[in-house]
Amino acid sequence: MLLIDCPHCGPRDENEFRYGGQAGVAYPERPAELTDDEWAGYVFRRDNPKGWFHERWFHAHGCRTWFAVERHTVTHEIRKAP
Amino acid sequence: MTRLPSGGLVDRSVTLSFRFDGRALQGHPGDTLASALLACGVRVVGHSVELGRPRGVFSAGAEEPNALVRVGADPMVAATTVELYDGLEAWSLRGKGRVDPDAADDRRCDKGYLHCDVLVVGGGPAGLAAALAAGETGARVILVDDQPRLGGDLLNSRVRLDGARGLDWAALAGARLAALPEVRVLTRTTAIGYYDHNYLVAVERRPGGERLWHFRARRVVLATGAHERSLAFPGNDRPGVMLASAARAYANRYGVRPGRRAVVFACADSGYETAHDLAAAGVEVAEIVDPRAPGGEVVTGTTADAGGLLDGVWIGSRRVEADLLAVAGGWNPAVHLFSQSQGTLRFDEGLQAFVPDVSAQAERSAGACRGGYGTAEAIEDGFAAGGQAAEQAGFGPVGVLRVPDTDERALRAPAALWMTGPGATQAGGGEPVRAEPVGTEPVLSEPVLSEPVLTEPAFVDLHRDVTVADLARATGTGMRSAEHVKRFTTAGTGADQGKTSGAVVTGVMSALLGVGPGQVGGTTYRPPYTPVSFATLAGRDRGPLSDPVRTTAMHGSHLARGAVFEDVGQWKRPWYFPRDGEGPHEAVRRECHAARTGVAAMDASTLGKIDIRGGDAGEFLDRIYTNMYSTLAVGACRYGVMCGADGMVFDDGTTSRLGDDHYLMTTTTGNAAAVLDWLEEWHQTEWPALDVSFTSVTDHWATVAVVGPGAREVLSVIAPDAAGLAFMRHTAAEVLGVEGRVFRISFSGELAYEVNVPSWYGRSLWEAVLGLGAVPYGTETMHVLRAEKGFAIVGQETDGTVTPQDLGLSWLVSKRKPDYVGRRSHARPDTSRDGRKRLVGLLADDPAAYVEEGAQLVAAPGDRVMLGHVTSGYTSVALGRTFGLAMVRDVTTGDRLTAVSGEAAVPVTVVEPVFHDPENTRRDGDPDPTTLPDVPPDASPGVGPGRSGEAVCPALSPAAGFAERFAAASGERVRLRETPFTPMWEARGTDPGTGQSMAPGAGPGEGSDTGATSYRALRLGPAWWLVVGGQDGRPGWVDVSAQRTVLELDGPGALDVLITGCPIDLHPSVFTGHAQTLLGQAPVILERTASGYRVYVRASFTGYVAEWLLDAIAGNLVILG
Repeated sequence: MLLIDCPHCGPRDENEFRYGGQAGVAYPERPAELTDDEWAGYVFRRDNPKGWFHERWFHAHGCRTWFAVERHTVTHEIRKAP
Repeated sequence: MTRLPSGGLVDRSVTLSFRFDGRALQGHPGDTLASALLACGVRVVGHSVELGRPRGVFSAGAEEPNALVRVGADPMVAATTVELYDGLEAWSLRGKGRVDPDAADDRRCDKGYLHCDVLVVGGGPAGLAAALAAGETGARVILVDDQPRLGGDLLNSRVRLDGARGLDWAALAGARLAALPEVRVLTRTTAIGYYDHNYLVAVERRPGGERLWHFRARRVVLATGAHERSLAFPGNDRPGVMLASAARAYANRYGVRPGRRAVVFACADSGYETAHDLAAAGVEVAEIVDPRAPGGEVVTGTTADAGGLLDGVWIGSRRVEADLLAVAGGWNPAVHLFSQSQGTLRFDEGLQAFVPDVSAQAERSAGACRGGYGTAEAIEDGFAAGGQAAEQAGFGPVGVLRVPDTDERALRAPAALWMTGPGATQAGGGEPVRAEPVGTEPVLSEPVLSEPVLTEPAFVDLHRDVTVADLARATGTGMRSAEHVKRFTTAGTGADQGKTSGAVVTGVMSALLGVGPGQVGGTTYRPPYTPVSFATLAGRDRGPLSDPVRTTAMHGSHLARGAVFEDVGQWKRPWYFPRDGEGPHEAVRRECHAARTGVAAMDASTLGKIDIRGGDAGEFLDRIYTNMYSTLAVGACRYGVMCGADGMVFDDGTTSRLGDDHYLMTTTTGNAAAVLDWLEEWHQTEWPALDVSFTSVTDHWATVAVVGPGAREVLSVIAPDAAGLAFMRHTAAEVLGVEGRVFRISFSGELAYEVNVPSWYGRSLWEAVLGLGAVPYGTETMHVLRAEKGFAIVGQETDGTVTPQDLGLSWLVSKRKPDYVGRRSHARPDTSRDGRKRLVGLLADDPAAYVEEGAQLVAAPGDRVMLGHVTSGYTSVALGRTFGLAMVRDVTTGDRLTAVSGEAAVPVTVVEPVFHDPENTRRDGDPDPTTLPDVPPDASPGVGPGRSGEAVCPALSPAAGFAERFAAASGERVRLRETPFTPMWEARGTDPGTGQSMAPGAGPGEGSDTGATSYRALRLGPAWWLVVGGQDGRPGWVDVSAQRTVLELDGPGALDVLITGCPIDLHPSVFTGHAQTLLGQAPVILERTASGYRVYVRASFTGYVAEWLLDAIAGNLVILG
């Protein structure tokens, strides 16, 4: 049970949150102008690093805020996203 | 009887009667089942799992591999861990237990959640010192220990500290801890798991049942001690062979003489301590065998009497008569929790054991669990560790503890010896394996083999009956990893998880492979440290509380009508309403007929309802839905589909425009939370500049769908102002004198209204509608009616691979909008290609043949190419036959297919998916009124409103039905009641502050109904408030008065109730205001008051939370009583 520091509510147990996958994957400004491969990159392809990962969480059972943190995928250490 | 006349920690003045395999036996308070059995002379307590060899008590703790017994309903527990009680009934096992599903189990298990600055695991010298060091700084400390009393190994030993009994020191430390208000000591509590972010789980054995504690600690001190190990030699499993530490514990702690004549195998110095203690207990110590002595001898085998009990010990060629062989093979630090925390281990050559190396979490080991075996050393190390932990948690200064003088001698290094004797016997037919000395000094004397030795296996894992020969076979096949050998031989997979065998396996493997134990390594330590029953893990989450049950305001009415329910998500929805003697088919047929020819009603309250406000609400919806909403007229409704970025249908529903900047979205029942999350995600992460906010009002509104050609007549009574609504229009209207909303929406093709009132009035509305003759129908009828019209259901026709176009909804997908979520994906080659599965209708050749949901569709019987699958199959009273919906590729209307399911192959024809009234002639009522209904009223008059038009609409609060039980459960310690009908709003954007006429002195948490406009605002999110109290809302506030109810939990025991289900830190110094969190498995807002707590619970979860609280209160009373 990870302890995740919600920017509004403070540290809470993981099961109050929903995982949001990789952070920083912005919705393309003009999807229509993207090639199929570029669009597939947005929809389907994500990083899967061994180490620090910039990822999103949603405090579903608390303040309902989306936020990003960095989590180490080996040690599960969590730190504030830069 | 082998009970000593005096000594130990058993209370001989009280006798406890128990039964073992039917035999009536006696013991005393302070006994374990194992010590009582030994005291009664029971030496064989079970038989081994594979070989059926007689086995006796081997250890005195959780590491026990032999003495596994059934106790009451517990199918398998270690007798060494069971506290004796009067009336205990136990049975021996052959190595494994069997769950009896019918066994009566009246345990009342629950959970507990606590937070602390320093968690100390282990109440021995190191742990006590650590807890003292940390606790006396004022830090919040929790100390857990698995024994009934503190002291750890001091309970088992005769060590003197400052000239007094070691136990006196422990008692003093315990008393000092008890005086510290922020220190909580939990005995009989076994820490079983160490998880991420210093989250530890422990099982407390309480009188009524176990409590599964969940601790979140800023720092952890592990003081878990060490386990003694045995070593492999032939016949090392006989009853009478025992760990030296166990023999000492039985003599010292339990006042039991574990044998008459003992041989002590002292590979480590603890053997000498045992020899002294045994002698003091009147055991004749025949010989101490120390391989480290000059010309050192070793034990090479055992002999047994006819019953398999130990009667002799081979020391080389000498046989020494003995009924007790106490083996001191050395110590293994109990690194289980440390290793679970992902800390790494290293092999210490001096200690011949794995010890903690690098910590992975905010943790430190102290005392014997890091290889410091002396009592004084442990106290010193523990105190340092506890003080350090407190300082790291921000407390201090740390005091001083005088480390007592002990009479212990300095310990010498143990012998690096893992097995003796001829090694592998010939049981497997392989080559004999020669035991090689390990380490630098050769310590193994060449054993002289004799017949009894040769035929005896040398065990490495007593529980799993794994022998040296088995390990030799494993390494002989080329296995070099302890993990592989574990899986090949099953060593370490028993209920004891290899606590006594792990080190021996590694040691024997290192001997067989000719490498050091550190190179062989061990196997991964995984939770739980000791076996935990499923009942303990489930706690309160069983039976009706296993998953939250959400109910609508009409639920009581459904129950009274004998509805058969269906689970939809967490909701209980009426599936159908059978009348006397009706089966499901007859009931659904009747319900369908009523909806198509008369008037019928469904409880549609479970549909998700999201209030959407803001200047950009229309723009936002345009981006989320595939069709347009910014152009929707105020007062109109529109059906819409939303897709994921991958273009696949995610949800659907009707969204209505209530005002220029105000919409109400409906979602499917199961997807309501996911849709709300989805909206928040796009708004917060992609389009934060859009002025829009979302508020769930699912529980605020109760919804009754009034359906059928006679619906208008019902509306003309309950909401006359709305009866004339046009299709896909809505209006605010008085419904039975209550402010409600009516929508002209149809999911059946018939004239239909969805009538909404605040959920307090839902039951009254429902009864009124039925009182006017509407026939109640459930989800099955709803499904049939919609399928007859070809309306797809998200999650039934769709499965995450279906686009709106696949469903034939291209008309819903805007071509004009520049973008919407999923639009680009609709142009991907795969989604835009021909040959995708699309929605079709199916008619079987035989109108009575049921087209089964899930059936595979092939072109011809026997074909192996699947063209699609049946998604819906029903019998239709309107069509007078069966029909189905399917997702199929490469077919056109008129094509013949075969629906294959199991052995059945049903010939079908592909048709258009709209079966009933394709021209929509019935939308506004029966076009041919001569056929109008003759359906009699379903309920007696009187439940509904008076025909005079006078509203009779009593309000019912969500917990109204619990009032009596709440009162009965309330007492001195805890009081529970509902404060119903509290006005509430959700406000966004700007802080609503507090009400103007707030009574002076009424602080947060105080009631505030002292003035017309006074209210309290609980901040729920960065720009989100719950306004409580007052009587008038403000523009922009969303009325959610009926969304939640308030349960007040007061009294000195309120906190004890809440910590059994609320995982946040509720310590009075930490939790001073309010929080949105979970209670049990339900989302709640928890608010502290002067005398207790307010629990704001959603109306639909109220039944679950009420039952949960009643169970928690009862459970606490059981414990306290």
